[in-house]
Amino acid sequence: MRNCRDITLLISKELDNESTLAERFAVGLHVLMCSRCKNFQTQSTFISKAAHRFTEHLGEEIEKK
Amino acid sequence: MTKNIAEQRMSEQVLAEHRPVLFRYALLQLRDHELADDAVQETLLAAWQAASNFEGKASLRSWLIGILKHKIADHWRRSVREVVTPELDQIDADNGAVDEDDFFTSNGEWHSGPSAWNDPEAALKQQEFWIIYETCQNNLPPQMAKVFMLRELVGLKADEVCRETGLSTANYWVTMHRARLRLRECLEIRWFNNSKSIKESHHA
Repeated sequence: MRNCRDITLLISKELDNESTLAERFAVGLHVLMCSRCKNFQTQSTFISKAAHRFTEHLGEEIEKK
Repeated sequence: MTKNIAEQRMSEQVLAEHRPVLFRYALLQLRDHELADDAVQETLLAAWQAASNFEGKASLRSWLIGILKHKIADHWRRSVREVVTPELDQIDADNGAVDEDDFFTSNGEWHSGPSAWNDPEAALKQQEFWIIYETCQNNLPPQMAKVFMLRELVGLKADEVCRETGLSTANYWVTMHRARLRLRECLEIRWFNNSKSIKESHHA
């Protein structure tokens, strides 16, 4: 059985489209039962989005000055 | 013959596809819209002129980033500013002494795991959120911050980040994992838990 530490590493890999089908399956199964890892998954996706937006935000901020 | 291939690879259209990535890279370093734009222009022009020097051994993007780095370095040399934000360059040591033990027990279970966040999308619209975001990002150990920024902010692919930083693929995954764990926790403590308590105190 994979624990939460392993699963969050796989979630991280999945965000970069680098996980295998079996790994994605393991993640999917785990997050059904584990709300903490489920939160990690949603929030890591959000952080990726925020990181991308940050450069836009930075561009706008600099523009204003 | 080879020149022909190089020139094909180096058409304006092909070069222009790399512009957004190069621009974000330059912006993060130079923190100035116009300077970043100039550096990218100069880079693309130089690349176009030197097309025949590109041997196709490195990926085109790595080659372009190499040129861009020179342009940015030129800028700093010319600039009177002495304090350079040590963002993407100059950092290599330290692998971030922290590891997952901060987050997980020896059995790999969460110490105190992620709790649900209230309306993260709304945070993106708030000025204050970005200050917190930047603080959290700056709190990452330098090498970790560099890897995270190259991947998520600049938008390089994983293998390109490895080439830029000299990390093995396995170390890359570990580094990204740690960066996400730390950023997540920092945002939770400084923003999502905080704003919740502010809202609650308003109701009280």
